[in-house]
Order: sequence, then structure tokens, then C-alpha cells
Amino acid sequence: MNIIETEDLSFVYGQGTPFEKKANDRLNIQIKEGEFVGIIGHTGSGKSTLVQMLNGLIKPTSGVVRLCGKDIWEAPKEIRSIRFKVGLVFQYPEYQLFEETVEKDIAYGPGNMGLDEEEIRRRVLSAASFAGLRQELLNKSPFDLSGGEKRRAAIAGVIAMDPDVLILDEPTAGLDPAGRDVLLAQISQYHKKRKNTVLLVSHSMEDIARTADRILVMNKGRAAMLDDRKNVFSRGDELEKMGLRVPQITRIMSQLKKMGYNVPSGVLTVEQAANELHSLLGKGIFDE
Amino acid sequence: MLKDITFGQFLPGASSLHRLDPRAKILFLIAVIVFIFITGNYFALALVAAFIIALMFASKIPLKMYLKSMKMILFIVLFTGIINLFYGKGDPLVQIGFLKITEAGINNAIFVALRIALLIIASSMLTFTTSPTDLTDAIERLLKPLGVFHIKIHEIAMMMTIALRFVPTLLEETDKIMSAQKARGADLDSGNLIKRVKALIPVLIPLFVSAFKRAEDLATAMECRCYQGGSGRTRMKRLRFGKIDFYGLLISIAVLGGVILCNIFLPAVVR
Ligand SMILES: Nc1ncnc2c1ncn2[C@@H]1O[C@H](COP(=O)(O)OP(=O)(O)OP(=O)(O)O)[C@@H](O)[C@H]1O
Ligand SMILES: [Mg+2]
Repeated sequence: MNIIETEDLSFVYGQGTPFEKKANDRLNIQIKEGEFVGIIGHTGSGKSTLVQMLNGLIKPTSGVVRLCGKDIWEAPKEIRSIRFKVGLVFQYPEYQLFEETVEKDIAYGPGNMGLDEEEIRRRVLSAASFAGLRQELLNKSPFDLSGGEKRRAAIAGVIAMDPDVLILDEPTAGLDPAGRDVLLAQISQYHKKRKNTVLLVSHSMEDIARTADRILVMNKGRAAMLDDRKNVFSRGDELEKMGLRVPQITRIMSQLKKMGYNVPSGVLTVEQAANELHSLLGKGIFDE
Repeated sequence: MLKDITFGQFLPGASSLHRLDPRAKILFLIAVIVFIFITGNYFALALVAAFIIALMFASKIPLKMYLKSMKMILFIVLFTGIINLFYGKGDPLVQIGFLKITEAGINNAIFVALRIALLIIASSMLTFTTSPTDLTDAIERLLKPLGVFHIKIHEIAMMMTIALRFVPTLLEETDKIMSAQKARGADLDSGNLIKRVKALIPVLIPLFVSAFKRAEDLATAMECRCYQGGSGRTRMKRLRFGKIDFYGLLISIAVLGGVILCNIFLPAVVR
């Protein structure tokens, strides 16, 4: 079943002013329940605009967003309940922290849902552990955390609302490589454990290749592709034309294949490539 | 959205109004305000209105933008207009209880409403067609003579430039923070006054934190570039009066003459 579905979804910024800008153009997207979908596209291709429409933060200029088959703008007064179901972590979410302690800040979302103290406390702890936030940080002021810790606290603040769909807009932007790997692994784990739908926006092919089952490629406000990751990465030439690149390791492996070595196409991660090369080495192919 | 506020916004363009010297534009605005207030009858008012409407077309700014900037003030225009309606001397034309409407009252209402409306349009025209930096630059130049009284004109102008420069940035940031808190279920637009003010706390705290951080960063950046106030500072962009400013001056004098002639030779309205 499709948990999220859009029909001719378009958004224009500053309509009727000299600054008019079409950010999304007639998007038709289906996302199934429990999927992990990566959203990728060049800067300004409309990714952030799209995800803000998916949880009702901005109202489409035209077109429809359906959550579980129902138009989310059917009852505009109820839009707040949609935001609890579709949790959105913004690009650089650190700026949203405001409470005295990290724990209170994470509790802000669940508090707005009107849950009782005990349930909120339980959710805060579980969200903090999913986001990889150490227990002792919970009583600190969010302004005293490091950049990476702030990011985790902000992500935990959305996870704590226990949304059916979790959307993360460039969660790894500005993190160091090690921090990035850990955070991505944590998001994957969250998806495996909670079995809910996750949408990850990124412009790093490596990040997406490592985590997503399916990939939505955005180009100049349009949905250029929405397909399994293998199928998307096999269209490397088209991706390059959109200013995107398939993961480095995928390119290396397809180059090897072109040179006549017996390696599979569509290798997406370094680990997978290492395994393949090991088995080739075992057969003595590289010996001469 | 907050960005829909058009009053005070700059809309880049290449019209003749955009190309006027900003100092001249400020002086013209003052002149137009004087015109608006010395009008004594409908002919003079119509002349000024026609002048401003002609300028609106010359500015090549979509009419919609002017209407939008009027929208915010519409309430004030109507309110003062209606109050004035009941404040005329003379014989009542209509009497509703203790409220009486007289000919002078009607004239008052029309004059006040039109004057405010023209004033708003004229001043939006200045901000629509002049970049904030040009504007403060011009103000600095025009106020320079006050330097004799040991008023730090340059510093004041610099503060104005910075404040104006960061208005859109702060609005954008407020929008972003509001979105982020709304995504966490903040309810910013319902409930009674106390509830609404309380709901703003999650928006205001991050906004202040980032504003202070920005101010600090900016101060550091300025110091790194050896900024030390106005003395001895030269300019990259010199302001110069040109032909177009001269034509502007001629037209303004013509309009002023017209208004004065209308005032003298045509009967003043009953006020
Ligand atoms: N608040 C806004 N006002 C006006 N135009 C905007 C606004 N936000 C985005 N845009 C424009 O809409 C287009 C799409 O922006 P969007 O933020 O959705 O891109 P993105 O794919 O998220 O890019 P990035 O990878 O840089 O985050 C861009 O061209 C941008 O300039
Ligand atoms: Mg973005």
C-alpha cells in the first residue's frame, strides 16, 4: 500500500512577484509503507520544497499530497496531526533547539501531542538512544553541545514524536566523515527496528547508496527517476548530465567490468566491492 | 508567510526611477509629501494623485506590489477616514443619533484617506526602487551637515545599513524556525493571547541566539577588515547628480507650480 502519494504536485515561490520561482513541477510520486527512499538532486532541484509539502508545512500551489490515501489538506484545521504522522527533520536542524535542557527540548514535540509525563519520558529516552545521544547529555543545555551532538538532539526531537514517516533533510551535512557514517548507520538501524517509512534527502550518492532501497532523483523541480537503486545507478550517464555522480566505487567496478574482469554490475558499497575483489583474488585472476 | 510583507522591500529593476540619484529621490519624496499636504481642493489633490500614478507606471513595479503594501495600511486608512467623516462643522446632511455627517466631514474623510494612501504609495515607491545601501548612503550624505553638532552621522548610517541589510535575513530565519517548530507540532496561530505569546518562546529564543551570533560574527569580520568608523573612509560608489535628476527636478517644480495655482485660483473645499 502507498503511504505517501502525490498527484501533479507543484510549488511556486513568490507567486505574482518579480521573484517568482517554480520549485516543484507536477510531481507524481508513490512511496510504499516501510520503504527507505533516498531523495537526491542537485542544489536547488526542489528537494527541501518537496519534503515540506509532504508534511503540510507549505501548501501546494497546485496538486495533491495523499497520506494513506487521504488528501492532507482536506481539513486544513487538522494539519497539525499530519505533522505528527510525518516527522520532518530540517536541513541544519540545530537552530531549532531552545529549551533549558536537551531532555526538555526532545520532549517538546511529544508534549505538543498531549501525551502524559510517563509516556513522554519513555519516548525521550528511546529517541535519544536511537539518535545516538549519550544519557549524560540529556541534562545539559542544548547550547553547550558540540555541533554533531546538537544535530543528534534535533533529530531525537523528531523521532520522539514516533512518526509513521520520518523525513530527514540532509542530516549529514557539515558532519565529519566518521560522524556521518555513524549517523547513517543509526538511521538505518532505526528503520530496521521501527519498520516505518524513512525518506532521506542527500546530495551524496554514497550516503544514499548505503541506506536506501529506492531512489527518487530530482532535477530542476521535476522527478527525473524513481526506481530501485540498482536501476538508478545503472543510468550513470543520465545522472551525470544532471550534475550527479554514481558512487565512486560503482564507477570503479563498472570500469573493471569494461576491462573484461568478471565482476557484477551495480556494486554500491566499498564492503561489497572488497568481497567481490577478494573472491577474484582467490581465483588468481589478478596474479599475472 | 512573513515574506509577503512588501512595504519597505527593494525590487531591483532598471526603470528611470531606479536610476535616479538616491539623494534626489529622498528630496523628491519630501517634496511630494509637502505637495500632498498643501493641496486645498480636489483639483490640486487630483493633480498630485495623477503625478504619483504616473510615477507608479514609470517605476515599472507591478501594480500588485503597491496594492499589497496598501493592504497592510488599509485598515488605518479606512479607520481615520470614517472617524473624520463625523468631525465636520456645519449643517448635518445626515443625522444618526448624536453622529452627524456634514459636507465638511465628507470632504475631510476623502482628503485624509487619500492623503494617507498617497503617502504610503509614494514612500513604498522610494523603497521599491532604491536598494537599502543606497538609501542609507544618501541619508548619510544628506545629514552630513549635522556633523557640526558632533552627531556621529556615519555611525548612525552604518547602523541603519546593517539593520536594513539584516531585516530580510532575520525574516527568513524566523520563517525557518517557525517551520521547524511547527514540524514539531507547535501551534502558533490558535488559542488566546497568553497561549499565543507562550507559543512564540520556541521561536524567539533560537532567533535571539542566532541574531547575537550573527552580530558577533559581523563585528569580527568588520574588525578583520580594519573598520574603524567614518573618519578617512573613501567610497567605491560616488553619488552624482545627473541629467535624469535634473529632469526630475523640473517635473517636480512644474507639479508644485500646478498645485499652488490650483490652490490660489480655484475655491478651497469646505473643511
Ligand atoms: N523561501 C524561498 N523563497 C523563494 N525561493 C525559494 C525559497 N526556498 C527555495 N527557493 C527556490 O526554490 C528552488 C528549490 O529550492 P529547494 O530548497 O527546494 O532546493 P534543494 O533541492 O533543497 O537544494 P539544496 O540541495 O541546496 O538544499 C531553488 O531554486 C530556490 O532558489
Ligand atoms: Mg534543501
